[in-house]
Amino acid sequence: MASIDLIKKNTTFQLMDDIIKITVIDREDQIHELEAPTDMAMSLMEVCRSYELPVEGTCGGMALCASCHCYVLSDHELHEASDDEESMLDQAFFVEDNSRLGCQIRMSNDLEGLQVKLAPVD
Amino acid sequence: MIKTDILIIGAGPVGLFTVFEAGLLKLRCHLVDALAQSGGQLTEIYPKKPIYDIPGFPSILAGELVENLMEQIAPFKPGFTLGERAETIEKLEDDSYKLTTNRGTEINAPIIAIAGGLGCFEPRKPPISNITDFEDNGVEYIIRDPELYRDKKILIAGGGDSALDWTILLSDIAKEVTLVHRRTSFRGALDSVDKVMELAQSGKINLITESQVVGLNGGDKLDSVVIKNKEKNEKPIDVDHFIPLFGLSPKLGPIGEWGLNVTKNAIEVDTLDYSTNVPGIYAIGDINTYEGKLKLILCGFHEGTIMVQSAFKRIYPDAKLSFKYTTVAGVNGFD
Repeated sequence: MASIDLIKKNTTFQLMDDIIKITVIDREDQIHELEAPTDMAMSLMEVCRSYELPVEGTCGGMALCASCHCYVLSDHELHEASDDEESMLDQAFFVEDNSRLGCQIRMSNDLEGLQVKLAPVD
Repeated sequence: MIKTDILIIGAGPVGLFTVFEAGLLKLRCHLVDALAQSGGQLTEIYPKKPIYDIPGFPSILAGELVENLMEQIAPFKPGFTLGERAETIEKLEDDSYKLTTNRGTEINAPIIAIAGGLGCFEPRKPPISNITDFEDNGVEYIIRDPELYRDKKILIAGGGDSALDWTILLSDIAKEVTLVHRRTSFRGALDSVDKVMELAQSGKINLITESQVVGLNGGDKLDSVVIKNKEKNEKPIDVDHFIPLFGLSPKLGPIGEWGLNVTKNAIEVDTLDYSTNVPGIYAIGDINTYEGKLKLILCGFHEGTIMVQSAFKRIYPDAKLSFKYTTVAGVNGFD
């Protein structure tokens, strides 16, 4: 049994190598479990859009609008926000300490289990 | 009333290039844009960002692309109405359209091409439920005349350049200036940040950080605003004016009420010629939508090019249109 388990694990590991599972809670508190590829340089905003969640991504991902504003609920260590991102958050509303712009969060393997909630739109 | 062949709403890259393609067919254009300068988002939000997918330019700054487009269309002498928002359209007896801007400028054309991009840029309004009750009655999103604030108590909210600059300027005019910002640090130009800190230290302004405006009180006019700090404590501050300065955000605006088929803030078009459901009105660039739509400048250039052919046939149903390459015919501008 042990050996079969090991093979299964390995197979799963290989198949899922470039995919992580993340959780997005939308503005109606609906929970969405998403699978996000980590080898396509996708941002959280783009992943949400590909699942047709209500994330506009108006500026296309340049941190120039706040339509992908979200709250990071899990305790993942994200890279620090750039000046552009901070300055955009300064112009956004409903900003909290855990606010980030989804377009600035790149999908990578260390974000497995990431949990975010979409911020209200103004 | 201004008269033209194609009235283009939106002076972004797609609107500008359409002037060129229309010019090759001897059609004149007039552009209207809510922003005070041409170039749309390229000039307003990312003039210094390089763009890598304009054919023939491995890399070009957004601002440079706009300058080049302006040079390219100059021979066709387009008219511009800038800083005015396209507000209403009216169909005239001869089937042409009369467009009126928010400042009352009237433009007449048989064809309207909406190249409105993301929509028109409007000030971001803080999510305070009764804020609209006090608009122009104590709440202003844009400072038109600083003298309005002479000897008044004002409160500015925001942390960017415009919040800092106006705080500095109005500190000499107003009776009392309070600046409220969500964080302790400011992102504006270093000089302005230093100056604001100085003014706060010398007591010339009240600087309140880690706080946000969450409520407005008053009757006919604004009497006070309620601010909430990080510890969630609320307190009122007596003011005559509240000026939230949180930048601009694009909205579809009045175009949404013109009877056009709109899905998710974009105008539905027929890819045959990028016409809308309203005869004589076309939509090109980021503002339109169709199956397979890509919001790319280069796709907008294509859409504008195809669209003017259809516009020509609509204006001159009996004329024969012969397609000529610029390499053969050159560019013959208007006198």
